Amino acid sequence: MAARDPEETPRRVTDRRRFLAGTARAACGVGAAGLLLGLLARQGAARPAWAIRPPGAGDEADFSGLCVRCGLCVRDCPYKTLRLAELGVPIATGTPYFIARDIPCEMCEDIPCVKACPTGALDKGLTEIEKARMGIAVLVGQEDCLNYLGLRCDVCYRVCPLIDKAIKLEKQHNQRTGAHAMFIPVVDSERCTGCGKCEKSCVLEKAAIRVLPVDLATGALGAHYRLGWEEREKHGGPLLPDIIDLPDRTPGGAL
Amino acid sequence: MTGAAASPARRMLARNKWLLLRRSSQLGILALFLVGPLAGLWIVKGTLASSLTLGVLPLTDPYMLLQSVFAGSLPALTAWIGAVIMLVFYALIGGRVYCSWVCPINIVTDASHWLSERFDVPKGWQPKRTLRRWILGMTLVVSAITGVIVWELVNPITLLYRGVLYGVGLAWAAVLAVFLFDLFVSRRGWCGHLCPVGAFYALAGWFALLRINAVQRTACDDCMECYAVCPEPHVITPALKGGEKGGGSVILSSDCSNCGRCIDVCDREVFRFSSRFAQATDAMPQRHRNAA
Ligand code: SF4
Ligand code: SF4
Repeated sequence: MAARDPEETPRRVTDRRRFLAGTARAACGVGAAGLLLGLLARQGAARPAWAIRPPGAGDEADFSGLCVRCGLCVRDCPYKTLRLAELGVPIATGTPYFIARDIPCEMCEDIPCVKACPTGALDKGLTEIEKARMGIAVLVGQEDCLNYLGLRCDVCYRVCPLIDKAIKLEKQHNQRTGAHAMFIPVVDSERCTGCGKCEKSCVLEKAAIRVLPVDLATGALGAHYRLGWEEREKHGGPLLPDIIDLPDRTPGGAL
Repeated sequence: MTGAAASPARRMLARNKWLLLRRSSQLGILALFLVGPLAGLWIVKGTLASSLTLGVLPLTDPYMLLQSVFAGSLPALTAWIGAVIMLVFYALIGGRVYCSWVCPINIVTDASHWLSERFDVPKGWQPKRTLRRWILGMTLVVSAITGVIVWELVNPITLLYRGVLYGVGLAWAAVLAVFLFDLFVSRRGWCGHLCPVGAFYALAGWFALLRINAVQRTACDDCMECYAVCPEPHVITPALKGGEKGGGSVILSSDCSNCGRCIDVCDREVFRFSSRFAQATDAMPQRHRNAA
């Protein structure tokens, strides 16, 4: 065939070469762009601790696969709590968040933000606002907390929509005066919704109590850990029938 | 006097009819979104990514939904309903109608194109037009790997919308980047070669019913004006010049954005909107036989 058309063969070869080179170049370029996008996605996943997601948002991985950054939740929040991250703010651009110290979540009973969300990034399964887990309040600045200093401020406790459930005051002995009591604000991480009203109303220059994203505010036991007292309760008695009686060793005594 | 003065103005208007309609549509849609935050008149809430019109009509960008699914998520029903409505709509009237009648970035890149013609800026990098489809595929793959709706990280369309509607931030910088890219790096580069949103909608409108028809192609005097204004000039040739080979006069390529610019500029009134099944006058069996 080549012999029949000697003119065309070299051109066809260069054509093919050019085509292959072009395709390879395009593939590499697109690949590089994809890599950059991927890195950007990774970086966007890092959320600063002061940025709290709206009620019903799952963990960041779930959320960033669903939220289309439309801002419908922002529009329907009657308290203007929520906002969308602008380009340049260190949060995945365009995603909704709030800053508790600015405007906390007022825990609307009908949860309009969740209702507005078209994608379910804010989980429609959340129907009782008290079950929301936007974050967990933590007394991060206890040295400066007035109650810790032995005064009766109590503001964070008073403003909590779940007073005596999500936050309690625990009485402790005041070592400094030796004569008084201290009323320590203690948050129950199982009940706290992370609405941020405590952080908002902390009277200090910088809030001593702050809402942190759940993963930052909680620890986790090793999966194999067992708490003896719980196991005992579950079992309805000690797990080992008899206390192992090790032989007593007496000083100087023979075994 | 007044009549003579009005006439060129009217000619100007006639020669830019579709362009003006298009701009009104693009800006009008943005205005509908904007009267909410600006005047408290909530006609449309949200952005082009997902919106709610008059409290009843949900719309969701199907490309966004597709990325979400690739990211391994299962979006809620409202998003699906909104995406299907949009898909059907664009499948009928032409996918890239999104580009020329809705997308605000189109105004930016058209401005850039106008400048680069005006000042004869070199065309620069001109990759293949299929590149955008590769990029479209890449965004889906990266969404799948990262679990993130990945194009939303850089999508200048929604960046611009969010910037205008929710607070500007650095969104203007992204828009400026597209403008400068088109001006100095690659003429018509963004919409013509790179943007995966356009690539997606082109695929969505593959069998669109509403098309441009070179219905009077026999009247064409080869002035090439239409090629000069068309953002995707390769789509014109088969329809305009395919007559001798018995080709239809309808522009069938899904790259065509139904912008109607060719209708505007053609002095011989060759083009008009028609259905995809329409024929050119010269393609009528009778005349065709006569010509042959
Ligand atoms: S529950 Fe109410 S106050 Fe809290 S974020 Fe949602 S809409 Fe705003
Ligand atoms: S309404 Fe849902 S999808 Fe839209 S920005 Fe809020 S969380 Fe994201």
